[in-house]
Amino acid sequence: MDSNNIPRTVPIQSATFSNPINAEIRRASATGIYDIRGGGAKRKVPHFDDLLFLGASISRYPLEGYREKCETKVTLGTRFAKKPIELDIPITIAGMSFGALSGPAKEALGRGASAAGTSTTTGDGGMTPEERGHSTKLVYQYLPSRYGMNPDDLRKADAIEVVVGQGAKPGGGGMLLGQKISDRVAEMRTLPKGIDQRSACRHPDWTGPDDLEIKILELREITDWQVPIYIKVGGTRPYYDTALAVKAGADVVVLDGMQGGTAATQDVFIEHVGLPTLACIRPAVQALQDLGVHREVQLVVSGGIRTGADVAKALALGADAVAIGTAALVALGDNDPKWESEYQKLGTTTGAYDDWHEGKDPAGITTQDAELMKRLDPVEAGRRLRNYLKVMTLEAQTIARACGHNHLHNLEPEDLCALTMEAAAMARVPLAGTDWYPGKAGF
Amino acid sequence: MQTYDLEANGLRGLNSTLQELNGSSNKTAWEIVNPKGSHAIAVGLNSPVDVTVKGSTGYYCAGMNQQATVRVEGSVGPGVAENMMSGTVIVEGDASQYAGATGHGGLLVIKGNASSRCGISMKGIDIVVHGNIGHMCAFMGQAGNLVVLGNAGDALGDSCYEARFFVRGSVKSLGADCIEKEMRPEHIEILKDLLARSGADAKPEEFKRYGSARKLYNFDVDNAQAY
Repeated sequence: MDSNNIPRTVPIQSATFSNPINAEIRRASATGIYDIRGGGAKRKVPHFDDLLFLGASISRYPLEGYREKCETKVTLGTRFAKKPIELDIPITIAGMSFGALSGPAKEALGRGASAAGTSTTTGDGGMTPEERGHSTKLVYQYLPSRYGMNPDDLRKADAIEVVVGQGAKPGGGGMLLGQKISDRVAEMRTLPKGIDQRSACRHPDWTGPDDLEIKILELREITDWQVPIYIKVGGTRPYYDTALAVKAGADVVVLDGMQGGTAATQDVFIEHVGLPTLACIRPAVQALQDLGVHREVQLVVSGGIRTGADVAKALALGADAVAIGTAALVALGDNDPKWESEYQKLGTTTGAYDDWHEGKDPAGITTQDAELMKRLDPVEAGRRLRNYLKVMTLEAQTIARACGHNHLHNLEPEDLCALTMEAAAMARVPLAGTDWYPGKAGF
Repeated sequence: MQTYDLEANGLRGLNSTLQELNGSSNKTAWEIVNPKGSHAIAVGLNSPVDVTVKGSTGYYCAGMNQQATVRVEGSVGPGVAENMMSGTVIVEGDASQYAGATGHGGLLVIKGNASSRCGISMKGIDIVVHGNIGHMCAFMGQAGNLVVLGNAGDALGDSCYEARFFVRGSVKSLGADCIEKEMRPEHIEILKDLLARSGADAKPEEFKRYGSARKLYNFDVDNAQAY
């Protein structure tokens, strides 16, 4: 036989040592530093896409889409605060810092959220006057670093969010690399310009739920018990964290799954620590129900919320509201294909750009570069965000009406089924076409 | 002198009364009796009043203080004067953990000893401890001065930025990136002022100065063992 005609084994790529894995080994070998990036988990995990709504049938009748009202209002902070936050829609803007984002980007978030009747949230680095000025409802994050923290800003806030952790890095601190520490960012954080700014992983003056209860007492005493106090946790042990947050005196629990974004953290942390958002909601709701405070202590869920369907599914599983971060940035213009040639110069491509920490964002959002940030028109970007929030709300209403509900909060787990065993187990809704989910008693 | 009985009248009434003082009231001197270790006493003050607490307090006494002078005739629990912006807080006894944590300004004087993490993440506050301090003090300290007349525990100034530490006694160990530094004339002047304002009987020349080696300011793989 002609040796040229012998059938040969085709090259087979290793599933274990894949090209991306090998590339990372080479990168680590060359640089000696772990990969730092922005965003949330990129790996595929069970998500809201694995759930479907059942819609109306003979046993349930739908609401007429163009005639019958479906309410979207939500009130956060009804437990202890004198002035709970009233939102027109159950979609809020998650905490993102000035420093990680440009001033115009923060302004755009404020404009868009305010026009849609919802709240924005500060981040590590404190509150800027622009942000306060453009946000009709502003949640002030109280973070381990306490950068820029002061009682005057605390009293200007419409709510205070004690950040214990976030979904991208539960148990981890943050890192804002030196290239993003401009004069203004450095001044706000009381740090020298150009250094890598580390954010602590743990609060400096309390540890554990008993201390947290006293810390919340102090915050309430300083703010005259006026504003709601949220506690934000990364998705790890949602049942116990929610229960302990309630015990510590939270008005609102914010629960962030691993798809939730960060400005800058180690890739290994983002991809390998924490729970998918879908897996967090039911245990948290269970904790609220066990304590008899479901709907009295509100639950805000974040991490990978993209559409009105995601909103409706989160609410059906028991959340009172959701928060969006990455999706809001995309609405502003992040990862827009019009910057493709510039993404390629940075060694990436549209949709994959995540080096937010480097400050070279072609879209002018995750940067402190004076020239780049001019690319974002905060008025126009704010309008896009408002439109996006409106569309998500309309989508969620469409689904709720189809399920026969006149308020988004009337959505319930019984409206859902799951496409996969994993999603059925996590969401505790039946596998499609069955009345069973893994772990359900009696099977 | 106005007297407020905390046990009889409650915390909310105390703090709201003190917070409402805006500098125009003649009620500028207050005495709080029966504190009995309560938390969050005299927090969020923002006027130049003098408050004396007749006894020991719990957590976060004088938290986030602005302008006011708060004197505790006893010992304090964790987080005294946390995130203080301005004013003066004087503790006649000892202080528990996190004294002066994240403080941006003002002067905190502890006449006794301070426990661990005193001055953690300090951002401009001046702290003078007449006695000793515990471990991990001034961790990630960013700005301000920590003066210790006694001894310091383990890992002083770990991962600090631009905060200065002056210790008269021994330092059990220095934290990552914290080193002994030259005491220059401007530091003697800073110390002289702080010692005088805090009523401390010590000479600036008896102290050693410590601060950041600035080797961890930007990531370097050769320093990975320190992270």
